[in-house]
This record gives sequence, C-alpha cells and structure tokens, in this order.
Amino acid sequence: MKLTALQQQSRRSNSFRGSSPLDSSMDGAIKSPVTIFWLVLHGLCCLISLVLGFRFSRLVFFLLFSNTSNTMTSTNLYSTSSFGNPSEPLAFQSTLGAVTSTSTSLPAMNFTTTAASGTSSSRVVVGRHGILIRPWPHPNPAEVMMAHRLIERVQREQRMQYGVKNPRAVIAITPTYVRTFQTLHLTGVMHSLMNVPYDLVWIVVEAGAVTNETASLLAKSGLTTIHVEYGKKMPILWEDRHKLEAKMRLHALRLVREKKLDGIVIFADDSNMHSMELFDEIQNVNQFGAVSVGILAHSGGDGEDETAVAQKEEEKNSGLPVQGPACNSSNHLVGWQTFNSATFMERSARYVGDRAIVLPRKMEWAGFVLNSRLVWRDAEDKPEWVRDLDEVAADEEDVESPLSFVKDASVVEPLGSCGRKVMIWWLRVEARADSKFPAGWVINPPLDVTVPAKRTPWPDAPPELPLPAGEKAVVLQEIAEKQATKTHSPRKRRSKRKHAIRTIDERVSTRHAGEN
Amino acid sequence: MRNWRWGLIGIVFLAFVIRTEAWKFSKAQHEHTERISGSAGDVLEDDPVGRLKVFVYELPSKYNKKILQKDPRCLTHMFAAEIYMHRFLLSSPVRTLNPEEADWFYTPVYTTCDLTPNGLPLPFKSPRMMRSAIQLISSNWPYWNRTEGADHFFIVPHDFGACFHYQEEKAIERGILPLLQRATLVQTFGQRNHVCLKDGSITIPPYAPPQKMQAHLIPPNTPRSIFVYFRGLFYDVGNDPEGGYYARGARASVWENFKDNPLFDISTEHPTTYYEDMQRAIFCLCPLGWAPWSPRLVEAVIFGCIPVIIADDIVLPFADAIPWEEIGVFVAEKDVPKLDTILTSIPTEVILRKQRLLANPSMKQAMLFPQPAQSRDAFHQILNGLARKLPHDRSTFLKPGEKILNWTAGPVGDLKPW
Repeated sequence: MKLTALQQQSRRSNSFRGSSPLDSSMDGAIKSPVTIFWLVLHGLCCLISLVLGFRFSRLVFFLLFSNTSNTMTSTNLYSTSSFGNPSEPLAFQSTLGAVTSTSTSLPAMNFTTTAASGTSSSRVVVGRHGILIRPWPHPNPAEVMMAHRLIERVQREQRMQYGVKNPRAVIAITPTYVRTFQTLHLTGVMHSLMNVPYDLVWIVVEAGAVTNETASLLAKSGLTTIHVEYGKKMPILWEDRHKLEAKMRLHALRLVREKKLDGIVIFADDSNMHSMELFDEIQNVNQFGAVSVGILAHSGGDGEDETAVAQKEEEKNSGLPVQGPACNSSNHLVGWQTFNSATFMERSARYVGDRAIVLPRKMEWAGFVLNSRLVWRDAEDKPEWVRDLDEVAADEEDVESPLSFVKDASVVEPLGSCGRKVMIWWLRVEARADSKFPAGWVINPPLDVTVPAKRTPWPDAPPELPLPAGEKAVVLQEIAEKQATKTHSPRKRRSKRKHAIRTIDERVSTRHAGEN
Repeated sequence: MRNWRWGLIGIVFLAFVIRTEAWKFSKAQHEHTERISGSAGDVLEDDPVGRLKVFVYELPSKYNKKILQKDPRCLTHMFAAEIYMHRFLLSSPVRTLNPEEADWFYTPVYTTCDLTPNGLPLPFKSPRMMRSAIQLISSNWPYWNRTEGADHFFIVPHDFGACFHYQEEKAIERGILPLLQRATLVQTFGQRNHVCLKDGSITIPPYAPPQKMQAHLIPPNTPRSIFVYFRGLFYDVGNDPEGGYYARGARASVWENFKDNPLFDISTEHPTTYYEDMQRAIFCLCPLGWAPWSPRLVEAVIFGCIPVIIADDIVLPFADAIPWEEIGVFVAEKDVPKLDTILTSIPTEVILRKQRLLANPSMKQAMLFPQPAQSRDAFHQILNGLARKLPHDRSTFLKPGEKILNWTAGPVGDLKPW
C-alpha cells in the first residue's frame, strides 16, 4: 500500500484528463485587446504574488465567490490562516507555474458547492481546505509525561499478559571485598539488579569487616540489601580466594535460612555480567536449575608472542567457552559442559592481580539457581534429594559448586532452552592487591598545587599572587630569561615551592597508611 | 420432609458452586480479550451458511477471467476483494445452482482491473463494463427484470465505489451508476451523507495480503514503546502542490503540528520494518487521503495498534457488526492540532480495554480475506451482512410491467457498448 500511494500520486498526474481548458489559454497567438488585457492582468497578479509570497489570485477568487454559498465561508477562514503561514514554500513555486489553472479550478470549485448543496446536505466540503496549525506547534511537557506514563502502563499490562505469571522474588547473593576494582564490578551488578522487574533482595557478604565503602555503594542502589560481614580477610592467591568465596556464599545461605526468605536464589558474583533475560528465565525454575555460563578467560598481559600463542591455543581448544548443562535431542539433561582450561594451565594466574589468565573452577556457583525453600530448616515439601546446608558445610572443606547440595544430579533443571542460550558471563579482572585508590573514589582534600612537570612554562610562578593573564605572561617571560640569575624573589619562591611539595608528599603518605 | 430439606440445601449449594465457577471462567476470558458486539449484536461469530442462498451468474470470461489474465496484478492490489469474493462464492456452501431458490444474485464482473503501468486502476471503462454486464443478465435471465436489481449485489471496491471515478468532485458529479440504484453495493468507500454511499450498502475493508502480514508478526511480549506511528504522504506534491486539497489538509496539519514531537513517529519514509513497527506502537494514525478509507485500518487492527481515525463522517467496514467507537479513536479534522492533547488525555483503562478488544481474534479475522476462506473472515461477514437484510421486503419485487430504472440516464459516454 505504500507503493500504491506513490503510484496513486503519479497516476493522477498522468491521467489528468479532466483539465481540458488548459489548452484554451495556450493558443493566444492572436493579439486581440482581450488577450492583451488578460496577459497584463496575469503579469500583475504574478508580480503581486511574488511580493506577497502566495498565490494572490486564488485569494481574490475565494473572496469573490465566497458570497455564493454558506458552506464556503467556513473554509474561507481557515484558508486565509494558511496563506499567512510563512512555512509554505510550495505556494511561492506554484505562483510562477500554471496560474492558468485557476480558471480550471474555479469552475470546479463553483461546481462542487452546487453539487454538494444539491445532494443531501453533506457537511464535509470538497475543495481546498486550510491547513490548521496551532500557534505553538511544539510538545507540551506535561502531555509528554502523561504519554510516558501511558506507555509504561501499557507495557506493564503486556508483561502481565504475555510475561511471567506469578513472579517470585529474586534473592541475589554477592560475595565482595574492598579493592580497587570493587566499585567497577559492584556498580555493574547493582545496575543489573536495579533493572530487574521483580521483587529483589540483595545479600552482600563482605570479606573482612563491613566497610563504609561498600555500604555507601549499596546505599545508592535503592534496593533491599542485607549487608553482612564474614570475618576473614580475602586472600591473595586465586585458589584460596575461590574457597573463601564459597564459604561466604554458604554464610549467605545460612542467612536465607534464618530469615526464611522466600524466592529464587541466584549467585551474582560481583565481576559477572548478567543479562535481563536471565532473570526472566530463572522464574521458570522449580527447585534446582542450571544455566549456561559464558567463560571469558581474560588475559591481562600484552606482547606479540602472546597473540601467536593464543592463536595456537584456539586451534587446539575446540571447545566452547561455556559451562553449563548439556542436553540430548529430547531436551533431557545428560551431562555437563565445562570449559577446557587444560591449555591455559601453564599460564594461569596464581595470585590476584598478576597479569595472567584467571581460570574458573569446574562448575562455577554462578551457573546455578535454587529455590530458597531448599535451604530452609524444615519446609514441608522439601524433596529427598536435597542435603542439609549444615551437613554440606561440615562435610566438605571446600564446596566447589552447589551440586554438592543434590544427591542425584539428574534432578537439576536445565534452563535457557536447555543450556543453549547463554545469559550470564563469568569474568575475573582485578588489579594488584596492593594497588591504591582514593577512598570512595573521591579525591580528598582537593589538590590545589600540582607537582610541576619538567617542561612546565612557569616553574617559579608564585601561587598566591593572582596576576591578570597578560601581565603573567610578561612576568613569566622575564623569569624565563632570568633563569640563571639569582635574585631575591626567585629564591624565596623556590623555597616556598619546595615546602609546598613536601607537605603534599606527607599528605599522600598519610592517606596510604589510613587505607589499609 | 427432612430429605426434602437436605435436597433443597444441596441444590442451593450446587447452584452457588456452579455460579462461582462460571464467573471465574468468564473472568479468565476477560483477561486477554473481550467479546465484540456492535449495534447488530454479537454477530461477528455468526455463520451465514444456511441463512441465505446466493446464485452466481455465469458471465462470459471477457468480464472476469480474461481481464485477470491480461493483468495478474489485480490479485495483489487493494481492490482484489472482488476477485477473491467471486472465487469464494463459487465453492461456498451458500451457493445454489437453482436460481429460483436464491435470495441474492451475484454478478462477477471485475471493474477495477484495468490498470495503468504503475498499477492503479483506471475507472473510465468501468461504467460501460458494468452496464454491459447488466444488459447481459437482464436479457438472458428473468431475475433482473423481476426486481430491477433489488436482490442483486455487486462488489465495487474502487475509490468512490459505484461512482467510478478517483477524483471526488468528478465522482460526486457522476453519482452512483443509475442502473445500480436498486442493487446492494458492497464497497470499501463509506462516508455519511455522500452521494457515492447509498443506503443499505455494505462497507468492507480493502484487501490486504494476509500471508504477508502473518510473516511479519513479532512476539506479543515485545513492549510497545512508540506512542503514535504513521508512515505515508503528508503532501501530494504531484497532484496538489499547494496543499489543502489532499486529505482536506488534515495530513499536512498533522505534519506541521507534530513533526518535532518525539511522541509522534511520523515520516514519509518507507521502512522495511513497517509491519514490525506497527506492532511496537500504541496508536496508529489512519487519516484520510484522496479517499477516506485506507488499508492502514486493516493493518492497525491486525497488529493490535489502536487506530486513530481522522476522517470526518467516515463509515468504517462492517459498521453494524463492529463497534468502532469502542475500538478506535475518532478525531475530527478540525481537532487535528490538538491531537496530542486528545491522545494523552484518554484514560488508561480505556486504552487497555481497546487493546483487549483489538486482541480478540474474531476482530482480526473479520478484516482479512484469506485464501482459502476461513470461518468468520471478511467473506463470511459480507454474507452475514447480506443475510441480515433478509427477508426482502415487498418493494423488492416489482409488479409486472412496472419500470423504475432509466436505462438511458447518465453521461453519454457510458451508453457506448463495451
């Protein structure tokens, strides 16, 4: 139909057979007084139209013939308003064009009025109508807000109808600790969780003590958070770090049990990336589900030989960087797909922040979701295949993955079209354990004097004399010329500068001491 | 006596249970969609089979098949309803081969199939073609003369129906073909108090290809994020350079008032994602063009977008069966500058109800002409409309010798044989 509209337009211009009188005006070969008169009138109308900017003759005819019928007067008003509109460039072009067509349209207009009035009183008139434009044709902000609220309501209705019925709350468990990259990672998780359309409880377990750093970050989220501490400090070796994180997650699960939180438990590690579809998909879990996790084994090092080695590895490692459930063709869980980290073993990272590839464990906690009732002390319909939380914690020194909770792995529900859709990505990027960063990422106190670099143009400029720009330039040039000479003022300034540098150093060092 | 009492209590309890179950069931139905009932009642789901009988005249193929062979584009343009209706009637159970028992008579003449190279139909020979067809049926069968066409129906889907012209002024000038004065016309054009819409006509939607639209469906949980959507011309620069003629200035008014409004996604571009975009919009504008009807209405209904109809006095398809006031939003042409105020002041509940009505599958079916025909589609709605006009009243049948039609009326050019 879009094509037909275009075609319609061209068709009507092609077969414009109705306009016969066009020819009559063309054969003005005979210079009779009448034709001369009409030519003069035509020229005059053209000139006036040029000056005014719209087709003047039409207006005249309109006004002349508007007396003949009542129906025309209503359109008369509108048409004049449109002529006054300066944003009609077409009007100007058409004045130079066929002014002769006024004669054709005139009888047509006349005709239509009689025809329209002749039949059963049609209120809708055929003919030229004005283009109604309101005085301020721009959006009204109050109406825009109303429209957005409408859109939101419609989308909510859509979600209710086509989305998940009876959505359950989501309980996200995140182990964290204060370090340089904490803000980066935690903000990412926070923003993902803030966008989840379901009820959410965020349990943040912090290694070491509960700090203001983490607390201030969590306060910005506006989510329901439970911020607890786990006594031990986060170790530096990756092996130990993984083990401690597992213990922290168990600690959070104990919290879930104590508070009898109801919902779906998801392990949102702070450096992972979650897609919104993940949260929609986990609503489908019954008791214990598994999703596929994309493994981004990241190498922080640079160097040309690295890339060559990486290419060779790609050829060797034909497996996918995915950890998750594997299904057969009838969508039943038959096994697990893991990330083949054998090729990376030699170059894997040992401690946090060394620039080597951080490898995941066999099955990461992040790939599992469970119904919170599984960890409750006495729930009525707890299935027999689930082991008690305390039992598991006591049994194994290191609970590698929540699979330890199930006696029989076949009860695990594969989610995300049976593990084929990856909706969560595992990544570990950290700075060195001893790297420094300003507390709360606010540089405090603000530095008013910076340590000058070697090639700064004004090494001896006094900070306390605010000279106007022009003068300063002159002064600087003078100073530059007199570099070698030892006058009184430079010496004083130099000593002051040294003093200033010393104080800065002191301040910086005290901050370092206070951080750890 | 005690048994009686227990029995009574049991019956009351049962009645209560059944009522609550029924209430729950009806409530569940109301979640997604709502039943549609127009001024004629709940008639969208009626089945016309058995309620009427249609006799199809056997015209020589020069009136139908040969025309189609000359230009097969007639099968896909928006006037293709006449061809598909013929095919549907040929194999429908309402068809009867015995004209004596027929309630309605159908004449298969394809008047909208004379196309320009661009694909637009030229109506200049249509009056002669129609006249020649009527002359044929009146001379070969006695049924036309019996009623002078009052129990015959014709499908005239062109711009202004049986006025057979694309320009409104010329169409009004010509008026409906005099020979069709007593027949029932099935047409896409509908405007109240207009010469080209006679009483008792059945308005139908223009043809829109069902498979093409089904192929572009997107998942229904895709959030509707566009507030108002429109794609099409605002100014017809070729035929109406100054504006004001085309669409009675309404489309130009929409452009000038809302071109910089972020809520209005309007432009003249032709995107490939046109159908998908309509499914992501809440309101779809359906303003008039050179004629008040357009396939946009059909597309809006199929894709669940609330149609905003800007055409004064328009008569929409199946107006007696479908309550368009409750489904679409009607805006007077003079109110176009206030369109944003009007649309944002509609209460949320009303909008949600309109969307529920649009989601009703019987609504979407009624707008389509699928091949092969399915139940409750537009073919069946046309038959329902014809069935609602039965039984014919006494004025249908003429007394012997009575003549009402004037066979020489109309412009001289129409009287030439085709």
